[in-house]
Amino acid sequence: MTQVPVTEAELHAYVDGLLPEARRAEIEAYLAAHPEDAQRVRAWQEQNQTLHAWFDPVLEEPLPARVRLPVLRPRLRPVLRAAATVAWLALGGIVGWYLHAFSAAQPADAVAFAHQAAIAHAVYSPEVRHPVEVGADQEAHLVGWLSKRLGASLKVPQLLAVGYQLVGGRLLPGNQGPVAQFMFQDGNGQRLTLYVRRGAGDSKETAFRYAQERGVSVFYWLDGKFGYALSGEIDKAELLRVAKVVYQQLNP
Amino acid sequence: MDDRGREFIQYIPRLRRYARALTGDRARADDLVQDTLERALVKLHLWQPSSDLRAWLFTLMHNVFINQLRSQSARVTAELDDEAAQVAVRPTQTDWLELRDLQAMLLRLPEEQREVLLLVGLEQMSYEETAGALGIPVGTVMSRLSRARERLRGLLAGGAMPAAALKVVK
Repeated sequence: MTQVPVTEAELHAYVDGLLPEARRAEIEAYLAAHPEDAQRVRAWQEQNQTLHAWFDPVLEEPLPARVRLPVLRPRLRPVLRAAATVAWLALGGIVGWYLHAFSAAQPADAVAFAHQAAIAHAVYSPEVRHPVEVGADQEAHLVGWLSKRLGASLKVPQLLAVGYQLVGGRLLPGNQGPVAQFMFQDGNGQRLTLYVRRGAGDSKETAFRYAQERGVSVFYWLDGKFGYALSGEIDKAELLRVAKVVYQQLNP
Repeated sequence: MDDRGREFIQYIPRLRRYARALTGDRARADDLVQDTLERALVKLHLWQPSSDLRAWLFTLMHNVFINQLRSQSARVTAELDDEAAQVAVRPTQTDWLELRDLQAMLLRLPEEQREVLLLVGLEQMSYEETAGALGIPVGTVMSRLSRARERLRGLLAGGAMPAAALKVVK
């Protein structure tokens, strides 16, 4: 059995993978002979794992969509110092924007909204015979009816330019009253739903937020009187492309 | 945006993860991240491009965190700690409850121990990097780490409670 003295600090370094390979083996031999220390070391290793299990999901929490774009942009040509400063100022704007976005609105409420939109999408979009209550052939009636039930004048975005045609809409129950769902479909039968509720009354606006739930991607945002959630089982970039068009049409 | 900008943004999720674990509260964590980034933007000219951006950002966050604690005179956590450790903690079986309890137990550690535990165990900094980020000697890192892990072990095992006195009431 090894007689090399083992310090407490080395036991920690063993747990944290900060020991040279040769010393690792000696520590393992020591632990094999000292069950109490081995038990402590195992508990510490489990602590590290539990910390990761519990907090790593924070890493995956989406940044608002518009924040990512500047990062993905191709690298600027080699820049002068002044240009670099401009980039940093822009970054300040981005970070400021990002911070505004993630601290604005009540996250719990907004997350619940996106969750309900995703469920409503999952329930109705596979429907073959009754995907909507009122079809696009009666669009004026549909909009008038849903506007009346939501108590505010609704608009339906025209998405033909991005390849989606209105199928129709339906009325649904939401946490805070009636909710409208509009359904769109592209040439391949791919469906998107736009879920609209009345806002809390304050004319708050938020950035696009993104959520994904069981394969359904959702972009959602608040815009004055309404909260919107656009859902689809398509990739994020494609959905964002449509979400931008929706946003622009509803905010001419 | 230049490489620094890219690198800077790349660390935001890690700062958020650390802040969440440190404060145990989403809104407070977001405040902490916000203040840290604001300070980083103001002080950017002080940052040496050759040095480690991650360490620099975590140092800023540590300073902001300490200032926030001072301004809230929130030393209460540290002072209550020994007493808090006596509060009975129900041992739980399911993973979910264990995890939920993990957050509660982290908050029972004094801040200075919690910071070390998280920088090492979660952010996976070396002891030297941790010492640098917190502005303390490596020996202090080791002693805080050791105390944090042992206390957490006791809490997670339910060992900190007077076991004989505790009865599970259904």
